[in-house]
This record gives sequence, C-alpha cells and structure tokens, in this order.
Amino acid sequence: MALWTMVQTLADGMGKSILIYVCTLAGALPLGLLVAFGRMSRVKPLQLIVKFYISVMRGTPLMLQLLVVFFGPYYLFRIPTGSSYRFVAVVIGFILNYAAYFAEIYRGGIEGIPQGQREAAHVLGYSRSRTFLTIILPQVVKRILPAVTNEMITLVKDTSLAFAISYSEMFTLAKKIASSQSTLMPFVIAGVFYYVFNFIVAFLMERCEKRLAYYN
Amino acid sequence: MNILSMQNIRKSFGEREVLKDISLSVAEGQVTAIIGPSGSGKSTLLRCATLLETIDGGSVTYLDKTAAWEEGGKAKYASAQVLREVRSCFGLVFQNFNLFPHFSVLRNVMDAPVHVLGRNKKEVEEEAVALLRRMGLEDHAANYPCQLSGGQQQRVAIARALAMNPKVLFFDEPTSALDPELTAEVLKVIRALAEEKMTMVIVTHEMNFAKLVADHVIFMDGGVIVEEGGPGIIDDPSHARTRAFLNKLEG
Ligand SMILES: Nc1ncnc2c1ncn2[C@@H]1O[C@H](COP(=O)(O)OP(=O)(O)OP(=O)(O)O)[C@@H](O)[C@H]1O
Ligand SMILES: [Mg+2]
Repeated sequence: MALWTMVQTLADGMGKSILIYVCTLAGALPLGLLVAFGRMSRVKPLQLIVKFYISVMRGTPLMLQLLVVFFGPYYLFRIPTGSSYRFVAVVIGFILNYAAYFAEIYRGGIEGIPQGQREAAHVLGYSRSRTFLTIILPQVVKRILPAVTNEMITLVKDTSLAFAISYSEMFTLAKKIASSQSTLMPFVIAGVFYYVFNFIVAFLMERCEKRLAYYN
Repeated sequence: MNILSMQNIRKSFGEREVLKDISLSVAEGQVTAIIGPSGSGKSTLLRCATLLETIDGGSVTYLDKTAAWEEGGKAKYASAQVLREVRSCFGLVFQNFNLFPHFSVLRNVMDAPVHVLGRNKKEVEEEAVALLRRMGLEDHAANYPCQLSGGQQQRVAIARALAMNPKVLFFDEPTSALDPELTAEVLKVIRALAEEKMTMVIVTHEMNFAKLVADHVIFMDGGVIVEEGGPGIIDDPSHARTRAFLNKLEG
C-alpha cells in the first residue's frame, strides 16, 4: 500500500475520531452538569443513585462500558441493532462515561465557590437561577477549566478505545493496516495525529484560560 | 417610625441556643451599634434580620411588612413575594466584602439595580458613578475587585448595597478584615453616611467608632442583650459583664 493511500485511509478514520470527540463533548459537558445537580440534590434517593452511577462509570474500564452499550441491547433485551448503531454506541458510551467525570469536576467547582457569593446575591435580591447563571457558573467555569482540559486531552486518546467494538475510527484502521501490511507506519501516523489533535485542544483551552485571567 | 422591629427572637443551631429572646427596634435615621464578645450571637442576629438564617421563634418586621412571626410556638415566614419586598428594604455589608470577582467595580454596583429591580441602565449608571465618587473610587470603576485594596473593596461593597436604595444598611464587622490604615477610610465613609441620616445597624469591635457614630448601643453576651442605651454606656457601663468586656478590649 502506498504511503499516500495509507494516509488517505487514516484521514478518513481521523474524521470519525474527531466526530466521536465532538459528539462526546457536546453531550457530556451539559449532561455532566445535570449529573452534578443530581449528585448535590437534597433528595436522598436521587443523590444515592447518581453517586452509584458515578462510581460505576469511574470504577470500571471504559472499554467494558463500550462493550456493554454495544452488545447490551441485543443480549439483554433482544433488541436488534442495525449497523449504524456502532457509532451511536460509541458516542453513548463515551458520553455516559465522561459525564460522570465532568460531574465530579463541576461539583468540586460549584462547592468551591464561597457561600458568601450566594449570600451577597441573595440579599441583593437575585433569584436562584440568576445567581447560579450569572454569579456562580462563570466563576465555576474559570476554576474548573484546567481539570476539564485534562479530561479533554484524555478523551482525544480515549477515542481509540472505539476499536473495542470495531468502529472504524483512526486507531481501528491503523491496527488493521498495520497487521495486513506488516508495517509500523500507520501507528506512527496515528501517533502524530493524536499528538497534533491534542496540541490544538491544549492551545485552544489555554486561550480560554487566558481570557478568564482578568480576575482571580 | 421603626424601620425594623425584631421581637423575642430565638435561634438555635442544633442543641445550642444562640439567640435567647432578643428584641430590638431600629428607628429611621438611627445608627445602632452592636458590640459584644466573640460567639455572643451578633452575626447570627444580623443574619436573622437579613433573612440569611431562619429564626425559630419571634417576629421580624420591616416597616409595615412582617417577614416572620410566631405561630403555635414556631416561626412562620411570609410568602416569597412578601419576602422579596422585605429584602428590598435592607442592604448588608459583609466582613469579607463578598464582591463578585468576575464583575468590574461598576458592574458590581449596577448589576442588581438593573437586573433585579429592572431599572433603566443609563439612570443606574449615573447613580452608580455618583456613588463611587462619594466612596472616593471614581477612578476604579473599570477595575476588578482583585485589583483593589481591602479598604477599597469594602467601599465598593458599601456602594453596591447603597445602589439598591435600602431603608436600612447592616454591617457585620466591616473593618475587621482590614489593616488599621484601611480601616480608617471605611469608617470615614460610614460616618459620612451617618451624618446623612442613613439608618444603619453596625456590628463592630471599634469602640471609639461606635461611640462616635452610634445613637444606640447594644451590648450582647451569651445570646441575650445584657445592656443597651446611648453611646455613653461604652464609657460608663452599668453591667459587670459589659465592664469586663470593655476592660478586656482596652487591656
Ligand atoms: N451555621 C452555624 N452552625 C452552627 N453553629 C453556629 C453557626 N453559626 C454560628 N454558630 C454558633 O453560634 C454562636 C454565635 O455565633 P455568631 O457568629 O453569631 O457570634 P458573633 O457574636 O458574631 O461572634 P464574632 O464576634 O466572633 O463574630 C457561636 O457559638 C457559633 O459557633
Ligand atoms: Mg460575627
């Protein structure tokens, strides 16, 4: 296989990796906030359920979770899943997993805002939702950005776990080519790709952090 | 006319009774100083008055609006709507300022009048700038709280509270987080407010300041009002506990 064809095939995989990445963030970042609210809820049963969910998501391998999401519907409920389900399963698995991590980061951030901020807003007459959206949340975002960046960088590499259910993202393709052509080249290309991808993520996040550096 | 009237306030944290049957009223234009040893319940009283804590018994009334009253041995609070109206009667200045760090000084002062009271932004801005000038902060409108000294931050906090046009302003040890030289500038501002007949309730450890601005001094200890009267009681207390407390401060 010519190097060029190899790159072209892998580029196709890259597109899919990036798609997984974007869909996961688009789902997990907001879902994580909901999960965080559940975790901090004063309704005890809800709080316990969410706590259990988070501990399972963080305490079992992501690869295993992907397999369960992919095979679960058929093996557990005999629901036939079409071929398009492969991608959906990857994204659902990633979103469920990352939402748990994001939730804990959000919770730490929200609980870290001094109570005095809420009290000052309360005395000034701000509603609860306005207090959260305009006083608390912006400060939370600034505080958690480094931790979120970490997760976002890990996610770039974690997209390769989709190979577990043979979704043809970058890493799955690289492995396939490497074994059929007996060459390390696809892995080198894949490595460069992940590195560049992460470089861009880190760069963008650093810019966000700088933008929020006007106060502390 | 009384701006605030608190009757027979009781408050416990778990088993610990922090306020035991406290009554006080604040007349319009009056400055009340609350003094007393640490743990005597001064902050708790202020937090009950500003609805940050709920009382267990007694009543809290601002002008003609009753925020809480006693019913069947328990405290009952008014509807959310009434509480909102009550909240618009007072402002609170915290010991550690609690400015919003992500808002500029000007936005700290303007945000609530614009977004809570729904007032015209231009109008509010003019008032806010005037307030900042009164506080000696006209050059800092565009700065962020972290760029200011503690004394400046506290003056922004005072401006923020005043921007809501409260009928009464509460202060909980407004200078105890500040160095002595910064304390003076904040006390000067509060004194100027007193001269303009702003109704204020001030918890303070600054006895000389209390003597200077207060019309009424309340000495609290162990969750009760031990002694109250004109500022003269600071120099000439009639109660042994007041005397002991004041001597200790001087000593
Ligand atoms: N949220 C709370 N939970 C439990 N106990 C509390 C709480 N807030 C205050 N207390 C207790 O209530 C008592 C009175 O506290 P408060 O803060 O009102 O005293 P203070 O007179 O303001 O003292 P200081 O001069 O140190 O500020 C203290 O013993 C304190 O430990
Ligand atoms: Mg106190």
